[in-house]
Order: sequence, then structure tokens, then C-alpha cells
Amino acid sequence: MYNWDFLPVLSESGLLLAGFRNTLILTATALTGGLAVGLLLALARLSHRRLLSLPAGIVIEVFRTTPPLVQLFWFYFGLPIILSVEMTPFLAAALTFTIQSGAFFAEIFRAGIVSIEKGQWEAARVIGMTHSQLMRRIILPQAVKRMFPSMMERSIELMKTTTLVATVSYADLLYEANELAQKTFRPLEVYTVVALIYFISITFISFLAARLEGRFARSGEMTR
Amino acid sequence: MSSPILQLNGLAKSFGGIEVFRNIDLEVNAGDRIAILGASGSGKSTLLRCVNVLETPNSGEIAVDGKTVGSKQRSGALKYTERELCTLRQKVGMVFQQFNLFPHMTVANNVAEGLKVVKGIASDKARGRAVSELQRVGLAEKADEFPSRLSGGQKQRVAIARALAMDPEILLFDEPTSALDPALVGEVLSVIEQLANEGRTMLLVTHEIGFAYHMATRIVFLAEGGIYETGTPDDVLKNPKRPLTQQFLADHQRFHF
Amino acid sequence: MSYHWNFASVFDNWWALAIGVVGTLKLFVVCLVIGMSVGLIVGLGRRSSRRPVRWLSTAFVEFFRNTPVLVQILWFYYALPILVPIEVSPFLAAILGISLNSAAYSAEIFRGGIQSIEPGQWEAARALGMTWLQCMRRIILPQSIRRVIPSLTNRGVEIFKMSTLASVVAYVELLQQGKLIASLNFNPLEVYTVIAAIFLIILYPIVRVTYAVERRLARSD
Repeated sequence: MYNWDFLPVLSESGLLLAGFRNTLILTATALTGGLAVGLLLALARLSHRRLLSLPAGIVIEVFRTTPPLVQLFWFYFGLPIILSVEMTPFLAAALTFTIQSGAFFAEIFRAGIVSIEKGQWEAARVIGMTHSQLMRRIILPQAVKRMFPSMMERSIELMKTTTLVATVSYADLLYEANELAQKTFRPLEVYTVVALIYFISITFISFLAARLEGRFARSGEMTR
Repeated sequence: MSSPILQLNGLAKSFGGIEVFRNIDLEVNAGDRIAILGASGSGKSTLLRCVNVLETPNSGEIAVDGKTVGSKQRSGALKYTERELCTLRQKVGMVFQQFNLFPHMTVANNVAEGLKVVKGIASDKARGRAVSELQRVGLAEKADEFPSRLSGGQKQRVAIARALAMDPEILLFDEPTSALDPALVGEVLSVIEQLANEGRTMLLVTHEIGFAYHMATRIVFLAEGGIYETGTPDDVLKNPKRPLTQQFLADHQRFHF
Repeated sequence: MSYHWNFASVFDNWWALAIGVVGTLKLFVVCLVIGMSVGLIVGLGRRSSRRPVRWLSTAFVEFFRNTPVLVQILWFYYALPILVPIEVSPFLAAILGISLNSAAYSAEIFRGGIQSIEPGQWEAARALGMTWLQCMRRIILPQSIRRVIPSLTNRGVEIFKMSTLASVVAYVELLQQGKLIASLNFNPLEVYTVIAAIFLIILYPIVRVTYAVERRLARSD
């Protein structure tokens, strides 16, 4: 029977904590960027101008159908060659996950926007609103509430996807775990602890999301 | 004699090659109340929706206050810019069959929204105006409720207040009572009647023939893709001249006990 | 922006890429089969009348959905051999990580599909005298599987994309071969562009078909 010993891991917990902090920083950066990129892509995709909708559609489809790890390698190893700039692991990861999650957020935004009944668009138009006014005041506020569950799900996916940056040596939680496992020769304990850290934080976020969702559903303005 | 508020010249609309109507000419003067009748599928609602370009007519012109909306393209078709449409729609209010209130806003904010966003009126002033419009339709006490808490009849009255708040020159009603419980039809009709008594100009698409008879100054009967018969309510509804009008009225009277 | 693309250096190594594609496909098929079947069992388990079964399936789903796949793969690769006296190859580690993760997701899909069938269908089948298993096999599953086909196909696409994670434990698949070619020829830009294109060419038709199926199902329901 294997003798579990968490002491070496716990004594180096500062390392894991620093890694977790970096995971959160990267997630927050990519989430903020991804939401903005996603909204822009969705609006472009829904535009009647093909010059906007076609490129947006291509970006969305390419980033949704290729593996994120390939994207990350492309941005980290490939892009600097074209741009002849130096790429840090953080920059490459932030860029990749911003666009990648943006592509997924775009589809959520789009689905949310088109789910708003035709009557709402018309009612806003007939009081003389411009397209951008009706988007901002009437459609998006309603769409965002409907999109909330898928948005949360996607954000959690994003947090899990950020583990890929360990492969380009950004010091996130998983990277620090790899380091620690090699240092302590205790991979079982290290990876178990790391899995638990992810499990607990993601379960906690899901729980918060479900609470918020329930609150949205209860507030009367959700239903017609 | 001033020019008509609204003029439709040779308006035509088809969907995917199927013609709804063609060559519609209509003149609406201040104080006119025109009821548009016709069998289902005769294009009544489509005609109404062409007036404020919710549907873009395939050909023909719309003129408001004597000024043609849209600009001629080289191809001869009219192009409507967003700004033009926004101006047009401020002059032409519309009330829908399905109310289409904004569910994420209170009743007062529903009415004030256009004032604030489109007309740029300050919030507190817009709210004052909204409450007075709600008073007119008898719903001032519901100002801070959300639409989901209202009955269908109340929702439709709020929708009317929302249209009135914009001070339109002409009001379009698209089957305003068709989605309502029979018991709730009366309260909405009496609000429309009150507006008629104030001398408002309106176009009304409806199935309530009795109401059309009492309220309208003119009846337009649509059939065979155009204006089939038109005249005063007495002419068209009491002494219809043409067979399809007679048929339509006979069909509807069958259910009047 | 006057970079001179040189794809020849990638296509000269087409044989290595072909080996990678085979590795990717092998991993994909195994994970798809295991993931979907375990998913179905766990999905049914979540609706079991026996509390321990329900509890275990829920714990399984929650655990594998709320941890990153990459952590799971590394755990199976580095940690599992310490607990049980078996050799864990990169292939096995990747299979375990990706299959179990996908099983958790597909379990939720199957559960949702079964739940979406109206209670009247159960009642009608039970009224005919069918056993629970007959009910499930003949009446409920055929209807629910139809409804969940788009979500399952999406899952399949995700599994295919996830297969690249096996490169982290040096399993020979497309991305791993790409890394190799790039490190030998110093042409990462071209290599990763080609690899992204290969994934796009394989997966995009599937994605399009899913859209079409989704639309058809939406219309027929």
C-alpha cells in the first residue's frame, strides 16, 4: 500500500499559490478580452454587410474548430516570425485565449441576440430608435440575461483551458505543479492536490453562477 | 387646403415572388380615421407595415407631410436611410397585435424610453410625460410595475400610451385586439374610441367590423391584391357594391348573433 | 510583413504528419467509443432509483467536469502508476483522461435527452406492460438520442480537438509530430499553420453537418 505524504507539497504551497494567482490573472485577462471580442464578432457576424460578416464568420469558425493547443503554439512560436516581435508566454496565451473564447462567446451573443422576438425589434424601431440604440437599450439587455448560463459555462471552460499555457512555460498552477512534482518526487500528491484546487474553485464558481441565475429567473422582468 | 399627412402612391409588395398587393394609392388627411378590412391574407397588416417601412415596399412611394420618403437609386428603386426612417417613425406611431412591450423595463420606462433615447428628453421630464400618458389610458397606478404583471388589455393600453408619448401625427393600429381575451377587448377599444373623439388621425387594421363602422370615417376593403372597394362606412358596410365585399360581410355576419 | 512562407519544408515531411494523423485518429476513435458508452451508463446512473448509484454517478460527473483535462491526463500518467502496479503508457494516460472527461460531459447530454421525453411516453409504455429496461430501450432512448445527436456530435468534435493534449505526454499524434518537424526544420509558423489547417479540413465538414442536423431537428420538433 502506498504511503501518502502531503508534507513536501504543503511546505511548498507558496509555489502552487503563485501558480494559482497566475492562472486567475490569465483567466481574467482572457475573459475580459474574450467578452469584448465576442460581442464585436457577433455584431459583425450579424451585420448585413458581407465585408463585416464574412471575416467575422471565418474567425469564429476557425477558432472554434481548431484545437486550442495548436492555436497557442501558432501564436507563441509562429506569430513572432511574421511580426518579428518577441512573444512572451503570457502575451501568447492572453492573445490565443482572448480570440478563442471570443469566438465561442460570439456564438453565445449571436444566439442570444437572435433569440429576442421580432416584435421587440419592431417596437423599438417604430418609436424611431436607430439600430445602435435599439441594440444597446432593448436587445442586448434582454439577450444578456438569457445568455448568462452559457456565458458562465464558457468562462469555466476558459479557466480549464488556461492549463495549456503550462506547455509554453507560463508559470500557471499546472506549470508549478510540474515543477513541484519533479522537485519533490511526489507526483501523486502534487497532481492530486492540483486537481482538487481546480475542482474546488470551479465547483465554487458554478455554485455562485447557479445562485445568480436563480435570482435572475425570480426577478419578474425575465418573463413576458 | 393643406397637403395630406400621408400619401401612398402605387405601393406594391411581394414576398419571394408572391405578390401581396400592387398599385395601392391612399391619401390620409388630418383627422381621417381609416379602417382597413379584408379577408386574412389580403395584405392588410403588410400594407400597414409598409407605411412605416417595417416592410420595405417593392415599389411605389410614401409621402409624409407632402415630402417623399427615401431617395431614388440609379436603378429607380427607393433607398431609405436609417435617419430618414427614424424621422418617419417618430411621426407615425404604431400599436402591435402582440403589444411588444419591453419586458426588462417598468411600464413607465416603456413609455418614457422613446422620449429619452430618441427625442433626447431628460429623464425626469420624460417620466412626467409618461405618467400623464398612462393616466390617459387609465393605468397611472401601474407605472412602476413590470409588463409581466399586467393583463393583455392593460399591456395593450400601455403600448398605446407608448405610441402616444412620441406625439405622432398619425397612429397605426395592427389588429390591436386580436390577441386579447374577449373579455378584455372592450377596454382597449374604448381607449381607441377616446382617441378618435379627440380627432386623431389613424389607420386601423381590425376584425371588429362593428367597431370599424362606428369609429372610422372611411373604410378601405382590400382584396385581389389591391383596394377593392372604399368609401364611407355606410357605403361599404351597409351597401357594398362589389361581390367580394358582399361575400366578406356575409361571412362575418354569420357569426353575429 | 514581407515574410517568405516556405511550406515545402513541411510537406517534405508528409510521412511524419501521416503517422501523426493515424495516431490522432486512433486516439479519437477509442476515446469516442469509451466516452460515449461510459457516458450513457453514467447518464442512466444519474436517474437510477438507487441512491448510491445516483450519488456515485453525480460525483463522477462533477469531478471530471470541474477539473481540466490536462490535469487529468497528467494525473493518470504520473500519479496513477504509483497507486496501482501497472505501466501507464502515454496512449493509456491520454485515453483515460480524455475518455473519462468526455464521459462526464456526454452523461449530462444523455441525461438531458432522457429528461426531455414527456412523462406520457413512460406511462404509455408502462401501461403496455413493458419493463423499465424495455421502456428505456424501445421507447425512451430512440427518441432522446435523436434529440441529442447535435450535442453528441459537438462532443465528438471536442474529443478530436482534445486529442492534441496527448502531445504533452509525448504520445505520437499530429501536434506531437508537428513539434518534431518544427524543431528539426526551424519552421514553426508553417508547421502549425498546416496542422491547424488539417484540423479545420477534417472537422469543419462535421461542424457544418451538425448545423444542418440541428436545423432539421429544430424544424421537425
